[in-house]
Amino acid sequence: MARPTSPRPLHLGVDLSDAGAHPAAWRTHGSQAQRLFDAERLQQLVDTAQRGTLDLVVIDDSFSLQPTRTTTLRGRLDAALVAARLAPRSRGIGLVPTVATTHTEPFHVSKAIATIDHVSGGRAGWQLGWSADDDDARDTAHFGRRPAVSEAAAVAEAEEAVRAVAALWDSWEDDAEIRDEATHRFVDRSKLHYVEHDGVHFAVKGPSITPRPPQGRPPVVVRVRSDESFGLAARHADVVRISATTRDEALDLRLRLRAAAVAAGREPGDLRVLADAFAVTGPDEASARARLDLLTELDGVRWDTDSLTHVGTARKLTDTFLDWWEIGAVDGFVVRPSSLHTDLDALVDGVVPMLRTARAFREHYAGPTLRDQLGLARPANRFAAIA
Amino acid sequence: MSTPAPRKQIHLGAHFPGVNNTTVWSDPRSGSQIDFASFEHLARRAEAARFDFFFLAEGLRLREHKGQLHDLDVVGRPDTLPVLAALAAVTDRLGLAGTINTTFNEPWELARQFATLDILSGGRAAWNLVTSSDAFTGANFRRGGFLPYEQRYERAAELVQVVRALWDSWDDDAVVAHARTGQFVRPGSIREVRHDGAHFQVRGEFTTPRGPQGHPVLFQAGDSADGRDFATATADVVFSAHSTFEAGQAFFADVKGRLAAHRRTPDQLLILPATTVVLGATAQEAAERSHHIRLQQVPGPTAIAFLEQVWGRDLTDHDPEGPLPRIDPDVENLDITRGRVRHVKDPRTIAAAWREQADANGWSIRQLVIEVTSRGGFVGTPTQVADAIDRHVQEDASDGFILVPHLTPTGLDDVFDQVVPLLQERGSFRTEYTGPTLRHHLGLARPAPRATRSHADRALVG
Ligand SMILES: Cc1cc2nc3c(=O)[nH]c(=O)nc-3n(C[C@H](O)[C@H](O)[C@H](O)COP(=O)(O)O)c2cc1C
Repeated sequence: MARPTSPRPLHLGVDLSDAGAHPAAWRTHGSQAQRLFDAERLQQLVDTAQRGTLDLVVIDDSFSLQPTRTTTLRGRLDAALVAARLAPRSRGIGLVPTVATTHTEPFHVSKAIATIDHVSGGRAGWQLGWSADDDDARDTAHFGRRPAVSEAAAVAEAEEAVRAVAALWDSWEDDAEIRDEATHRFVDRSKLHYVEHDGVHFAVKGPSITPRPPQGRPPVVVRVRSDESFGLAARHADVVRISATTRDEALDLRLRLRAAAVAAGREPGDLRVLADAFAVTGPDEASARARLDLLTELDGVRWDTDSLTHVGTARKLTDTFLDWWEIGAVDGFVVRPSSLHTDLDALVDGVVPMLRTARAFREHYAGPTLRDQLGLARPANRFAAIA
Repeated sequence: MSTPAPRKQIHLGAHFPGVNNTTVWSDPRSGSQIDFASFEHLARRAEAARFDFFFLAEGLRLREHKGQLHDLDVVGRPDTLPVLAALAAVTDRLGLAGTINTTFNEPWELARQFATLDILSGGRAAWNLVTSSDAFTGANFRRGGFLPYEQRYERAAELVQVVRALWDSWDDDAVVAHARTGQFVRPGSIREVRHDGAHFQVRGEFTTPRGPQGHPVLFQAGDSADGRDFATATADVVFSAHSTFEAGQAFFADVKGRLAAHRRTPDQLLILPATTVVLGATAQEAAERSHHIRLQQVPGPTAIAFLEQVWGRDLTDHDPEGPLPRIDPDVENLDITRGRVRHVKDPRTIAAAWREQADANGWSIRQLVIEVTSRGGFVGTPTQVADAIDRHVQEDASDGFILVPHLTPTGLDDVFDQVVPLLQERGSFRTEYTGPTLRHHLGLARPAPRATRSHADRALVG
């Protein structure tokens, strides 16, 4: 039964971190845990996500190993470089690594994300990361640069970093490169700008060494996990990841985020609010339950999630997605497959076709860039003279 | 009769064109220095020619001249490591070498980035370590220009020490991924790293497995006495500027001679100068092409800007096709150009010498600049160039070269097509890759894991 076409398409991302969102996912049959750090395994996952015309993949990162209390899995690759590695052999799909600002210089963050945008033809996003003492005390010790900071302080620093990074992206106007043979000038220097960022945490002169990315400014993704990160998201995020266990909770968060964005002088329509959705799927409910039981048995403890968690068929997951989306509780979801190898296939081959039938989800990519998929306009350059 | 000694094998790197006036952007064939297609073209062609590696330079601040951004040369480039990670997706064997500064980066981050690149590329990562530490560049970073010049190699040495400790903190076989037992890593195979030094305090369990090469290959490109000492103590490859035969032999002997003091052998440190190649069907045609390229590289305004660096004053009222300025340099204003290596000699001495040279030869400003900025390079027929490259290597003026094209991205295509086959015919250059990693291409041993090494150390003293 086809529903009326909505002017507001549903957005779907998938989290490609580790072997899946469940701590024991790596131990399940077919997880390819031996190849966890193999670029071709990740490339195959992106191929699958791209087959489902998903908006984006996100890749977590941290300067710390996975905490022993949550999983036996160990080891991470630098997420930005993984995203770059996945770029040349993918099309349409957004590549969103986590890059933390607590230690990494805004100048480095800005050119890394800009470069992923260049090598992918406009498909980079940036999931803003930070490390505060309450969740990742060890991060700061690794650097020895200074003691661990509170969530409020880490978010305040992240906010300053996102401002500096966005200014650096704009520090080259789109038409700065002129290659003018008559005057022998390669660039028009009036279109390159010092950002002169002089804040509490950073001083950055600019301009960037890297020309403005194809998307102008790659979308910034912020996860809301605290009051502080809520404010940061409302002021700076293009995509907000929320945790919500009920539709009403999501609706309330989305409305509050949009109101806070308006209060910050933004268009509420410029925000895409995506709820995290943990998924354990199976051909019928009993087999999905059995999969979760196996995972629980392997892990030894009940799976502890903080957002919508679906255990059941692709049909039921589709219904839940449509239910939340139709009343405007969310703009979409970031699916966190319990086991990547099983639940990503179920999403792409099960949920996506049903969402398409319901006219809620695209048949083809809307254009080459991540902004195209998200329906976000390319931003004007803050430094460009108003014509 | 003894059998002839096997030929020394030549090592070759393909340098992506840089942001200086070696790169000619005014030529109709000049492509984008930003589009990934340009990087992919050079990397794929280099791999098809069985080159050892692809090479990227880095500069962390746009150059300035007379207080303004320098606009005459190519400006702007993407970030080194993401480009190399992307190239890993479109190449299989080619080494991927990137220049990264040690002053404005931190060891924890660099260690995980290079380990990641090594893993994502199946053991092809190399790091060209540079130490530029000026406050001009530092203005882009929160630390600002905090590092005194004398400390640049001190910090670099400590940084490399920390980075290597982090790479060695995972055993090669740490990941076992035993689904049945739930053991993902072997117990004790990841060790906490503790470092408490003058520049860094680091403590923790490292995040990233040891890469296929153990340690990515380490290049070093500084040329001062400190830089040479650092290279002989620490590096696998020296990226040098001494490309002529005599200077090359002198540099080669000097650097290789310092190795014994570090208990290293000459084959553990390769010397690869940067150089250029211009080909022609005849020697004369090559010389004409070379002259044409030099004219493209030094248009009038570039010649004037170059002179202004020495004169320390505005010379735009001078005709580049006319004689050198009679006015003397302003010695108070030597910072006129920032973001590139400075002259160390007294500018008045340089100016006098140049005037004399120009007068004696009847050179204009532009002709003089072309002459004094010429770095040699190989100019000739493919056979002449192949002979010369081979001779440099067989007679210990170098272990090979890093070739710098003047055109993006096709500038080395004729070298790949016309010179490489001749080197292969002589038996001096590989016709196939014989191993998967860059260390293998360069004939460098894989560093032993820490456990084995400390055991060996004990055996040595015991
Ligand atoms: C052939 C060559 C290439 C270099 N390439 C770079 C580069 O790409 N980026 C950079 O910041 N410095 C570069 N440098 C500068 C040096 O690496 C070094 O950091 C600087 O010269 C200071 O060290 P020194 O005093 O030992 O020369 C290069 C130097 C040489 C000789």
